[in-house]
Order: sequence, then structure tokens, then C-alpha cells
Amino acid sequence: MSFRKPSVLPGFGLTFGFTTFFLSAIVLLPLAALVLAAASMHWSEFVAVVSSPRALGSYRLSFGASALAATINMVFGFIIAWTLVRYEFPGRKLLDALIDMPFALPTAVSGIALTTVFARHGWIGRYLEPLGIEVAYTWLGVTLALTLISMPFAVRTLQPALLEVQRDLEDAAETLGAGRFYAFRRIILPTVLPALLTGFTLSFARAVGEYGSVIFIAGNLPMKTEITPLLIVIHLEQFDYRGAAALGVVMLAMSFLGLLTINLLQAWNRRRQVQAAH
Amino acid sequence: MAGELPGLPTLQGDAATRPGQNTWVAAIVRWLFITLSLAFVAALLIAPLATVFATALARGFEAYLVSFADPDTLAAIRLTLLTTAVVVPLNTVFGLAASWAIAKFEFRGKSVLITLIDLPLAISPVISGMVFVLLFGLHGWCGAWLQRHDLNIVFALPGIMLATMFVTFPYVARELIPLMQQLGNDEEEAAITLGAGGWMTFFRVTLPKIRWGLLYGVILCNARAMGEFGAVSVVSGHIRGLTDTMPLQIEILYNEYNFVGAFAVASLLTLLAGVTLVVKNLVERARAAQGA
Repeated sequence: MSFRKPSVLPGFGLTFGFTTFFLSAIVLLPLAALVLAAASMHWSEFVAVVSSPRALGSYRLSFGASALAATINMVFGFIIAWTLVRYEFPGRKLLDALIDMPFALPTAVSGIALTTVFARHGWIGRYLEPLGIEVAYTWLGVTLALTLISMPFAVRTLQPALLEVQRDLEDAAETLGAGRFYAFRRIILPTVLPALLTGFTLSFARAVGEYGSVIFIAGNLPMKTEITPLLIVIHLEQFDYRGAAALGVVMLAMSFLGLLTINLLQAWNRRRQVQAAH
Repeated sequence: MAGELPGLPTLQGDAATRPGQNTWVAAIVRWLFITLSLAFVAALLIAPLATVFATALARGFEAYLVSFADPDTLAAIRLTLLTTAVVVPLNTVFGLAASWAIAKFEFRGKSVLITLIDLPLAISPVISGMVFVLLFGLHGWCGAWLQRHDLNIVFALPGIMLATMFVTFPYVARELIPLMQQLGNDEEEAAITLGAGGWMTFFRVTLPKIRWGLLYGVILCNARAMGEFGAVSVVSGHIRGLTDTMPLQIEILYNEYNFVGAFAVASLLTLLAGVTLVVKNLVERARAAQGA
């Protein structure tokens, strides 16, 4: 009885039962199989797989490029969100709608399209080549693909936060003689800081697991341009299920860490808002 | 800035009273921010999108159409449509059930349940596919049993459907749960108190209120189901003409340097993404008009 509060509405048993059954069958049971497969390994075997030089090289690229992409998205996400919230200009609505495109566009499509644009003879790649900048088939290309697919997370997290910035405070600061940069640092930045950090974490979490858009633009060379999800696929193709499961558990642990960080950030933000209201 | 908004007198007046709005520093910052935003989106989004159509049509419209006559490409389109036709209705029913249970009732562990439903969004698509290989693959938990009974799940249609279902699992529920929580229970409670049955209440009271959110959730789920690459790639086995979906067929054609063919299939998925965004904007407008 204490499990749920009484209600006059019907259908709790049916919908709750169906939800938990379907969730267990499609999501939880298969994930448990992954954890069990890794748990059935010897500890030394597990450590050997997840700390092999090739695995370490793949973490370096996956986590490094994802962190770089998330940082780029914090900067450009702020600029784009600010532009969308504060300025009126022709094409603003179209720009706003386009931001969601990476959500809707299949990753294989963004992968081959980005590679074509940034390849040596591509529309943008041909101007970068004389400068000695090679994007396609290098870590730079990996970063670019990860930036594209995680960009909406940063913009869409920052937009509502920027709307909440109290412009009265900004005005007051300027009236009282504060410089633009000072007002930015003391009023805008503190208000949007939780959103910035949440946007960073969301972008990073999405980028670390990305596969489709990256494998086309990465050279996929072991130790150099091989991301961790690709290394998992290589293990699976060699029917090395335990090795794949071990790497999968490492990535799963990173995902949970990301989810935990996001939840903590949101709790922190709520506390701040409650304090601000008092 | 204010002068560009003749239709909005309040904003104009508001802007006029703001300090520092008309200085040249503000103008430069404004110009810089808009330019940087447009340049970023042009290089990372618009150029790739334009490339899709430019490459698909590089040899003319006829060559574009001919690439759809390829039997393997046709088989891939059929497989994608079939998978979507099974996965999207199932996930829609799940989304409706989950949002009814979560939004209409108060029970313990609700936030845990919501987190678990969102879990597939946080997981790499490669892992989403791998879990089914570990369960049903030849060397997986049920592999030997399945082989004895001559059942194929991995490298066959059921595996593709399961992986797609896993990846697109949260989409409808995520749209509906906050919407139904925001709308509240008053009207449903009134209907039940006045003697309407549970199903009648759902179809006559709840469904009309949530139809726009439901539509968007279904469209988004559909776009992700048709475009899923990583998870399906792991379970498909890449058997041409049999277990290749549209995104996998793009990869095969691209790796064979058949760029017109690869980008022709990609152009269909790009159009689908465009339609998804248009529906999203229409739904947002309809919701704003409805005031919900």
C-alpha cells in the first residue's frame, strides 16, 4: 500500500507492469548479459584486455577528442545560444531550427558528408591543405565529427539558461560603470555556469560513445586514429566476446559516471535557484 | 538593433532604455557573434548537407534515379521500412504505457524508473548492439540452444529489430512524460468520477491533449530507427541484400567508391531528417497555439 499513493485513475497495474516488463526484456536483461560476460573473466585477464597498449591508445583518442569537442562546443555553443537569444537578424529562425539537425541526421550520413567536405579535394579541405592542415583521416577529423554530433546538446542546454539571465542586473552593472567584460564575468557567467558544465558533460558523454560518424573520417589506424567503440567492434568481429565485453564495461562505467555528474550538476543548479529565490 | 523590430513597440522601448545598447562596442560584438555562429553552422552543417545532394546528383538526375534500381539498395530500403514498421509501434505503445504509469501516479522509485528508461541514450550504439551478440550470438549465452533449434537472431532480422528497439527505446516516453506531468490529472479524474471507463478516458480525454507531443515523439523515434548505424552494424553481419539496412548500404557503397549510389541513399535519409525537423517546428507552433 505504501508503494504508491492511492488515486481514482485506473490502469496503474497494467501500464506499470508493461513498462517494467518491456524495460527489463529490451534494456536491462541485455545489459546484465554484458556485465556478466565481463564478470566471468579472470581479473588478470580483464586488466590485460582493458590496459593493453592498443586499448590505452584508443582511450586517449576517444576521451581526448571528446573532451576537445565538448570544449569547442562550450565556446561555440555559448556564442550560438547568445546569438539566438539576444539578437534579431534575418535567418535566425532557420539557424535555430538547423541546430537540431545533428539529432535527426543519421550518423553514417554526417560521417560520409563531413569526410567529403574536409577531404583533400573537398569544398573546405582544399583550402586547408595548402596551410598544412589535414583534417580527414587524422585526430582532427575525429574531433570535428564529435563536435558536430554533440553540438546540439551544448546549444540547447545554454539557451534556456541565457534566457534566465536577469538583464536588469546587467543594466544596473553597466549603469554603475562596470565594463562589459566585468559584467559578463560577474553576472552572466555565474548564472549560466551550471548550464555550461551540463552542456559540456552531455556533449562529452554523447561523443565518447559515437561510432557511425567517426569511422568514416578517422583513419582507423591502431594506436593513432582508432576510437574505443571501433576497437570493441574489431574484438567482436574476431569472435573475442570477452575482450569486447571487458572494453564495453569500461565504456559503460564512463557513461554512468557521466550520468551521475549530470544529476549532481542539476541538483547543484536547483539548490542555487532555491537560494537565489530567498 | 531596436530599429529592426518595427512590429514590437514594447521591445523597442525596452531596448531604448538599456544602457550601452547603441555603442560601437555592442555593434561589433553583435556582428562578431552572428558571423561566428553562421560560420560554424555553415562549415559543420550546411556544407556537409549540401555535399550530400551535390554528390548524389554529380552525374545527373538520371544516374541518381538509376542508383535506386540496384537490387541490394532496394532490399536495404525494404529492410529499413520493415524494421521501422515493427519497432516504432512497439516503442509507441511502450511510451504511452510508461508515461501513463509515471505521470498519472505517485510511487516509490519513480526517478529510478525514469533514469532506467533514459539509459539507452547514454550508452554507445556499439554496446547497444553488442549486448544482443553476447546474448544470442554463436558463442553467446543462448547461442548453442538457438543453434540446436535452428533459430537465428544475430546476423538476421530479429537481431536488427532488437538492436533498433534498444536504441530508440526512450524517444516516445521522453516526449510524453514531461508533457503529461505538466498537463496534470484533473480532467482525467473528472472523467472517471463521472463514470467514464479507463480506455474511454484515455482515448477521449488524454489522447487529444497529448497528440502533438505524441506525434513528435513518434517522428523522432522513426528518424532514429531508420538512421541507426552503430548498433545495427554490430548485429547485422552485413549480408548484402539480406541484412543490410539503408545506413549499412551507404557504408558498403561508399567503401566501394560508388559515391553517387552512397550519397543517393544518404539523400533519402537527409530528406527524412529534414521532414523530422519541419514536423518538430510545426508541433511546437501547434503547442504554442494550444497554450499547452
